Amino acid sequence: MVQTAAYQIYPIGDQGITLDYGGEMSETVNRKIFQLFKSLQNWQSDAILDIIPAYHSISIIYDLIKIKKLAGEYSAYHYVETKLRVTESLLSDQSNELFEERKVEIPVCYDLSLAPDLIELASAQQLSTEEVIEIHCSKTYRIYMIGFLPGFAYMGSVDSRIASPRKASPRMNVPAGSVGIAGTQTGIYPFDSPGGWQLIGQTPLQLFDTSKENPTLLEPGDQVRFYAISLEEFHHLKNNQS
Amino acid sequence: MGLRILKPGIADSIQDKGRYGYQQLGIPPGGVMDRIAATVANTLLGNKIDEPVLEMHFPAATILFESSMMIAITGADFGAEINGHAVLINQPILVPAKAELRFTKNKKGSKVYLSVEEGFQTSSWLGSSSTSFLLHKGGQEGRNLIKNDLLEFNNQEDLEIDSLTHLPWRASMAEFYSDNIIAFMPGAEYQMLEKISQTGMVTNKFKVSTQSNRMGYRLEGQALLLGNKIDCLSSAVSFGTIQLLPNAQMIVLMADHQTTGGYPRIGHVASSSLPTLAQVSAGESIQFELISRDEAENIYLQQQQNLQQLQNACNFRLQEYFRNE
Repeated sequence: MVQTAAYQIYPIGDQGITLDYGGEMSETVNRKIFQLFKSLQNWQSDAILDIIPAYHSISIIYDLIKIKKLAGEYSAYHYVETKLRVTESLLSDQSNELFEERKVEIPVCYDLSLAPDLIELASAQQLSTEEVIEIHCSKTYRIYMIGFLPGFAYMGSVDSRIASPRKASPRMNVPAGSVGIAGTQTGIYPFDSPGGWQLIGQTPLQLFDTSKENPTLLEPGDQVRFYAISLEEFHHLKNNQS
Repeated sequence: MGLRILKPGIADSIQDKGRYGYQQLGIPPGGVMDRIAATVANTLLGNKIDEPVLEMHFPAATILFESSMMIAITGADFGAEINGHAVLINQPILVPAKAELRFTKNKKGSKVYLSVEEGFQTSSWLGSSSTSFLLHKGGQEGRNLIKNDLLEFNNQEDLEIDSLTHLPWRASMAEFYSDNIIAFMPGAEYQMLEKISQTGMVTNKFKVSTQSNRMGYRLEGQALLLGNKIDCLSSAVSFGTIQLLPNAQMIVLMADHQTTGGYPRIGHVASSSLPTLAQVSAGESIQFELISRDEAENIYLQQQQNLQQLQNACNFRLQEYFRNE
């Protein structure tokens, strides 16, 4: 018997709803969010505009007029709420692995010329830079959610030995592809942008490509593993992908 | 056949109803700020209601119609003139070739919409022509309009319009807007506001700061306080979400909002009030009014029903007018 986790459901405006398990960053909860995300995606309806998974919540943005036509005498909110509750309850009675999570490998060059915070982070943790790289590459990370910027994946959790706070003052410009650490999270900047994460390397891969039908390399629920490459390989890969 | 930008305004862009279906990838929906004005601009011409339109702020662009066209101007009243003659907003206008449209005075509102019969030729990306400034996609090369831009019309027929003519009917817009009164419903963290802040939110006015744009309106006024400090993990936000910033002031997320946020969500502006808010200029004050979720739903449904009636009336008038001509 699988125990049903407690959650709250609340509106986010009159055309949006959120199911929220609350609590901390948790892999178990986020896996459930991913399963719920995939189940809800099967709900094919032009009344559903967006389904947005986050750390421990999932939100649906809907077209009030179109939902109301389905809802009849009930409110549109009530209709979507019921759908969410039913989908959630079916999920908890089944296995947690209905939908497979993709595995993605990402090359990262940790050369100091591309890793402006690597030395500082290593010395603050009393590690060598090689140890930081080895620890960063030793785990498979879960994409908890995508937000902040298009294609910016929040991944976790990094080993406590390399977990590090954000920089006291953010950089005005972080180059696209930069791999950073903030707390127990790790992430990659898809574009040049301001940012406060500690930068320990850079990937040559293009994380966001507007010419593609699926513009982002990474998606919610992906399992990501980093592997180290040389500066030479970095330039080779970067020049050959476009 | 199209219109040419003789002189750009401060921020003129192509927008439609927004780019939905990609927020799980962090791609903001964007789209028009004032959905009512944009819908009515299309409705007046018998267009599809979500046809891309030109959204402009003041000062707005000076525009040359290289060919004749039926147009509508809605939203803000910027003292529109064609060839030096004042023209009316919320009314279909027949514009002869070589006519020049300019906006002379910032009278009322903050966003003007220009639609043309059958719409503009725009570049669509992920199912929408809305301009994404962040990704440089959609609309006109993903950017604001610049001098000499030519926006081609979908309708490439010569309409043979000899003189500037207002068609003899107009949309009544008063029912869609309230005088800077913004209805909102409580957000997930509303109950955590101190009682005095809950009261203050609806008894005080809040000024729209000059640091406001298509992403969000920052408000200035009474500091609002949470009973306890809370740390939210990021979750989805929406057009109209009212977040409480660490400086105890509010920001209302607008069309170009990020997909997720971590600040306390103390409220959500009702969809029916978003057009009113979109037309508030920086420096003006707004008055919040607390309503329930059910009320928000019902007011919006009524508003959309009124829009539907307007659409039926416009289609009827257009058919009658062009049959008799």
